[in-house]
Amino acid sequence: MGPVLAGVLQLLALIAALALAYVPLGNYMAKVYSTDRHWRVEKWIYKGIGANPDTEMRWPAYLRGVLAFSAVGVVFLYLLQRLQGVLPGSLGFSAIDPDQAFNTAVSFVTNTNWQSYYGEQAMGHVVQTAGLAVQNFVSAAVGIAVAVALVRGFARSRTGELGNFWSDLVRGVTRILLPGAAIAAIVLVACGVIQNFSGIHEVGQFFNGHSMGGSQQWNGGAVASQEAIKEFGTNGGGYFNANSAHPFENPTPFTNLFEIFLLLVIPFSLTRTFGVMVGSVKQGYAILATMATIWVGFVALMMWTEFAHHGPALQIAGGAMEGKEVRFGVGSSSIFAVSTTLTSTGAVDSFHSSFTGLGGGITMLSMMLGEIAPGGTGSGLYGMLIMAVIAVFIAGLMVGRTPEYLGKKIGTREIKLAACYILITPALVLVLAAAAMALPTPGNSMTNSGAHGFGEILYAYTSAANNNGSAFAGLNADTQWFNTTLGIAMLLGRFVPMVFVLALAGSLAEQKPVPVTAGTLRTEKPLFTGLLVGAILIITGLTYFPALALGPLAEGLAS
Amino acid sequence: MNNSLTNTARLLGAGLRALLVLTLVTGVIYPLVITGVAQALFNDKANGSEIKVDGKVVGSSLIGQSFNLPLKKGQETPDPDLKWFQGRPQNGLGSNSVNTQYKLILSGATNRSADNKELIQWVKDAKAAVIKDNSVNGYTVKDVPADAVTSSGSGLDPDISPEYADIQVHRVAEKNGLAVDQVQKLVDDHTEGRTAGFIGEPRVNVLELNIALKDLAAKS
Repeated sequence: MGPVLAGVLQLLALIAALALAYVPLGNYMAKVYSTDRHWRVEKWIYKGIGANPDTEMRWPAYLRGVLAFSAVGVVFLYLLQRLQGVLPGSLGFSAIDPDQAFNTAVSFVTNTNWQSYYGEQAMGHVVQTAGLAVQNFVSAAVGIAVAVALVRGFARSRTGELGNFWSDLVRGVTRILLPGAAIAAIVLVACGVIQNFSGIHEVGQFFNGHSMGGSQQWNGGAVASQEAIKEFGTNGGGYFNANSAHPFENPTPFTNLFEIFLLLVIPFSLTRTFGVMVGSVKQGYAILATMATIWVGFVALMMWTEFAHHGPALQIAGGAMEGKEVRFGVGSSSIFAVSTTLTSTGAVDSFHSSFTGLGGGITMLSMMLGEIAPGGTGSGLYGMLIMAVIAVFIAGLMVGRTPEYLGKKIGTREIKLAACYILITPALVLVLAAAAMALPTPGNSMTNSGAHGFGEILYAYTSAANNNGSAFAGLNADTQWFNTTLGIAMLLGRFVPMVFVLALAGSLAEQKPVPVTAGTLRTEKPLFTGLLVGAILIITGLTYFPALALGPLAEGLAS
Repeated sequence: MNNSLTNTARLLGAGLRALLVLTLVTGVIYPLVITGVAQALFNDKANGSEIKVDGKVVGSSLIGQSFNLPLKKGQETPDPDLKWFQGRPQNGLGSNSVNTQYKLILSGATNRSADNKELIQWVKDAKAAVIKDNSVNGYTVKDVPADAVTSSGSGLDPDISPEYADIQVHRVAEKNGLAVDQVQKLVDDHTEGRTAGFIGEPRVNVLELNIALKDLAAKS
C-alpha cells in the first residue's frame, strides 16, 4: 500500500468514527442543555458559586456572566504565572515575565492557546495543571454555552430569555468535557503518553565502549490528562514546545488519529445538537454538510500539495518530511494540519512553517474562514450560523424578499450584527499585520525571509484573532510587541464576536415565528448548503486574497 | 452608579467562585485521579516507556537520541558514531535557555520554509553525508529517503523509515564485523508496519534496533 492510499484510508476511518459518534453525542449534548434536572455534584457547585441555575437570563445578563467569568480567569492565570517562583511543585521554574504572562493568560482563557513560551522550560506542574489545563476545560465550556444560547435564540419565540450561563458552563464541564477527557486520557496513557508528577528526570543514554550519547533529561508531568482536554476542547496548547509532535504527547500513529478525532468530534456533533434543539435535525444536516464539504475538500488539497512536495528544499529531500514525524508521515500530518486549523485547536503534529508554500497557505485560509468547518467547540457552530444568516440574506437580496432563517426574520438589526461579526476578525488581522510590517522592529522576529517571512507575521495575527493558536513557529513571538498585540487580538477576536452573537440571539428569541410558505428558502436542502459554502469561500477569499497573494501564494507559485 | 458597582462586584465574585470550584474539579481532582489510574494500570507507560539494558535505563523508547563519538577538542558538533544506526537530523532541537540549572533539551522543529537557503544547504549536506557514510564495500547508496535528510517536528523522532535503515545495513555490518544478511534480518525484525495496515507510516525504532545490534555484536 502506498502512502497516498494509506492517507485516504485514514481520512475515511476518521469520517466513519465521527459519523458513529454524531447522533449519540449530538443528542446527548442537546439533552444536557435542555433538561431541568441538576446532578447532585452540580448543585454543590452552584452553591459554591452562589448562583441560581434556574434563573433565565436575557442576552445582556448572559453576556455579563461570560465576561465576568473570563475576566476573572485572565487575572487568576496571570497571577498564577507571576507567582510561579514561590509556588510549590514548580520544578524550580521562575515567574513568567509580565508581558508573556498577560499573553499566555489571555491565550488560554480565549481558547486560543497561542504559546510564546517553551512548555518544558517555563511552566511547572501547578501552572500547567491547575492553571492552563483548567482553562482548557472552561474556555471550551464557555464557547459551547454561547453557541447554545444562540441556538435557543432560534428555537425560542416571544421571549428574550436565553438560558442560564452558570448552568450552561457547569454542565458543559461536568457532563461533556470532563467525562470525555477522562476516557480519552486513559486511552492516551495506554498508548504511551506520560502521566506523572515527577521532577526532572535524567537517564544515562546508550553506552558502549567508545560510544556514548551522554545523558538525557526530560520532565515529567500530567501530560495525558492535559492532552485529552487540549484536543477535546479544541484548545491546542502543548505541554511541550513541540506540541503533538512530541512523542510524549502523541506517541503512535493511532494516538495521532485519535487526537484528530477528539478535536473534531464536538464541533461536528454540535450540528446535531442544533438540529434537535431547533426541532429539525435536517437543518443540522445542512450545516454539517457545509462543514464537511469544506473540511474534506481542504484535506484533499493539503494531501495533494504535500505529497507533490513543491519547494526547493523538499524537492532535493525527495519528500515533504521537514518538520514531520516518521510515524505519522505526510498523509496523517496533512489531515491533522487541516483539522487543527479549521477548528480553533491549533495543536500541531507537524510544523506548518516547513509545509509546502501552498500547504502553509491552506492552513492560513482554514483559519481565515473564521474556523467554522467545523470550528472550535461552540465557536464553530455560532460562527457557521452567522454565515448562514449572511447566506440567507444574500439569497433574499437575489429574489427581493425579506430573508428568514429557521422561522425568524433576518431584519436590519440581525444583519447588522452578523456583518459586525464577520468584519471584526479580518480588521484585527489585517490592521495588526500591516502595523507589524510597517514598524522597524517586529520584523526582526522572523526566521525566514521574503514571502515566507511575511507569512510568519500574517499567520500569527490570523491565528490569534481567530483564536487558533498554531503558528509559523519560526517567528520569535516572545517580544513585548508580539506578546501585547497578539494578546489584544486574541481578546478582541474572542469576546467582541460573542457580544454580537448574544445580541443576535436575544433579538431572535424576542421575535414571533414566521410561518413557512412557498416562498421560503428551504435551508435544509443541498441547494442551501451549496449557497453557504460559496458565500463562505467568496466572502473570506475577497477579504484576505491580497494578503494571501503576498505571502503563501507568492511562495507556493514560485516553487 | 453605586448600584451598578455593587452588581459588578457581585458578578465578579460569582465568577471567581465559579473558577475556584471548577479549578478544584478539573485542575486538582481530575489530574490526580487520572494519574492514580495511569500509575496503577499503565505504570511503565505513564512514566515514559523507559528501556533498560543490563539493569540500567538507557532512555525512553519514545524519545530519539543521538549515537555520536565523543566531542573532539575544538569541535562544536560531534561526529556520528557510524558503528550504530543513525536517526534523523536534529537541526530543530534547541538547548535550554530559560532555566539553565537543567540540561533539558528543548523539543521543536527548524521551522525553515521550503525555499529557505539554510534549509536547502542542510538538506544538501545531509544527503551528501548519507551517501558518503553508507557507500561501503562496493555498495553504493542510490536513493536517499526524505526522512534521512530532514529534521522531524519534535527534533526527538525515535524512528526512521525502513528505507533509511536499509541503506545503513552495509555500513553497520562492516563497522561491527557482522554479515550483511544478519544485520538486514535485524532491521526487518524491528520494522513496524502501519498500525492496522493503514494508520501512520512504517518505521524502525533506532534505539531498540541499536540495542539488538549490540547484543548481536556481542554474541558473534
